[in-house]
Amino acid sequence: METDPNVILLGEDILDPYGGAFKVTKGLSTRFPDRVFTTPISEASITGVAVGMALRGMHPIAEFMFGDFITLAADQIVNHAAKYIGMYNDQVKLSMVLRTPVGGGRGYGPTHSQSLEKMFLGLPMFHVLAPSHFVHPGEILVQAISRGYPTLFLENKLLYPELLKLETQMGAITRRVHFDQYTYPVVELSNFPDDRKADIAIVTYGGISRLVGSILSKLAEEEIWIKACLPVCLSPLPINLIQNMTKGAEKILVIEESSPMFGWSSEITTALYEAHAGKLAGPILRIGAENSVIPASKPLEEKVLVSEEKILSAIVEVMGW
Amino acid sequence: MLSLAKSPLTDQRNEVREIIEAFYRQMYTIRKVEQTLLDLFAQGYITGTVHTSMGQEACDVGVVNSLDRSKDILFSNHRAHGQFLAYCDDVEGLIAEIMGKETGVCLGIGGSQHIHKGNMYTNGIQGGIVPNAVGAALAEKIKSTGSVAVVFLGDGTMGEGVVYESFNIASLWSLPVLFLLIDNGIAQSTPKHMEHAGDLETRAMTFSIDSASIEADDVIKVYLTACDIVNEIRERSRPFFLHVKTSRLGPHSKGDDTRSKEEIELLKQKDPLLSIAAGLPSDLRMQIEQTIDARIQQAVEKAMMAGHPGLEQLRRVEL
Repeated sequence: METDPNVILLGEDILDPYGGAFKVTKGLSTRFPDRVFTTPISEASITGVAVGMALRGMHPIAEFMFGDFITLAADQIVNHAAKYIGMYNDQVKLSMVLRTPVGGGRGYGPTHSQSLEKMFLGLPMFHVLAPSHFVHPGEILVQAISRGYPTLFLENKLLYPELLKLETQMGAITRRVHFDQYTYPVVELSNFPDDRKADIAIVTYGGISRLVGSILSKLAEEEIWIKACLPVCLSPLPINLIQNMTKGAEKILVIEESSPMFGWSSEITTALYEAHAGKLAGPILRIGAENSVIPASKPLEEKVLVSEEKILSAIVEVMGW
Repeated sequence: MLSLAKSPLTDQRNEVREIIEAFYRQMYTIRKVEQTLLDLFAQGYITGTVHTSMGQEACDVGVVNSLDRSKDILFSNHRAHGQFLAYCDDVEGLIAEIMGKETGVCLGIGGSQHIHKGNMYTNGIQGGIVPNAVGAALAEKIKSTGSVAVVFLGDGTMGEGVVYESFNIASLWSLPVLFLLIDNGIAQSTPKHMEHAGDLETRAMTFSIDSASIEADDVIKVYLTACDIVNEIRERSRPFFLHVKTSRLGPHSKGDDTRSKEEIELLKQKDPLLSIAAGLPSDLRMQIEQTIDARIQQAVEKAMMAGHPGLEQLRRVEL
């Protein structure tokens, strides 16, 4: 916002002193009073207004208070934001970001806990980003705005309080960063020295990254060597990079917070089978939430959502092959 | 009191003639292009669908000419050929586009319902483009360009919720938007009274949006009304809702007119081309028509010879 006067924020309840439901925009309306707009509760037209502003060369960043509310803007995303560049034969740019908190684990119940990104994957001119705390989310946001593509920027609620983990060596974990064809990062975390190779490759993104560090540390002590691959850009998929990064691992887990059916992990898994057919020790395991609503009752919510426990027992299972 | 020695109005008669002539050219061009498209369709040269604006020329030409073409922005829907032609007169680009040729305005990719040229944008989702127009107006207000955004709606469009969200935001944030309702009394096959509770004329007033309602039988009346309104929008940066009553003389798309022949004949008697044509000497009128007929003929021939867009010209995601 400092460097570009065309960056405008839109969202519900984002003005100071409240500063947004998750406080992400706190302080901004005070510093930039002409460029932060509080909106009525109108997700469809908030998105539509952002599209119109982007058509006219501005850089709107619009917020949905909860990711569960994206569906109210579905037509604006699918038939407007994701279409103009392609159907107008590349005559327009559409630099706009829709940011929203996603994910469960806080007991908010079925319509305030979802990760609905699977509904918006696979739209050719629409990017979906889900940074982990192993990258700098602010830098990703700046990148997204400068791209000229309409972008959905997913902020996992349970990552909000996490500290960023950007060092190359963090205990047993080595962090490397690769870049995909859109120059978004794909983080590689490994818990083994250079003269070893991975027993297991894990591919995951967003909120699940929160569990990955602890799992890798624990398993380093058991000498179970794991390479975790954490893309930021979910769609379009940096699939060549992910295929290369998982080469050589005979056991692969693909993990996402949402239910695995018909989702991102289905796509990754298929692509990894295509690349590594015949070289795997067994099937690629997909881990995700139960195929149900996400209940409000906390103990039950924990059973429905992905947990460190679930991932560890999957790892025990594949190590037994 | 007028001076009998020299009437000041005599000096202006040439300007008046010029305007009438310009409007007739635009309206006749629209009528003839639309008829040509329906013919091409019947002959198998156009696939997909077209939604023609025959009968609505007074709205299209009257409103578009009230705008500042150098900076105002137009948003429209599936029935936008007339507005497009009034805006930029790209007969050749429109016909090629609808015939799916790469010489079309959007390389044949958008087709009839998805057009962009200059500051005009159309899309095929009822009501969907309305908040885009509001956003464009917000952008122009922030940039202080003094531009006005007009968004065309149909009576059918007034069923979509996002239209009302757009009224709310445009008024709340004082944005320079002209909501232009072209009310032809029928949405595809469904007459107005089966689609809407209450009336359409006053509903924007609930959002504190100034409103007016006129009959579009006369392009001059539409033009002058729109000029005053557009000036007001530009000066005060307040939205306005102009409800224009007109008639669709053609079917919704092709072959899907559910109205009786008698009903349509009655509507033809109020054809807006009739009243404007009456203001021209008949030899000038014939000359105008012949020139336009020839131009459209040539545009069709050129489009026939052009190629279709190839896969390599389509924006795709490579994995």
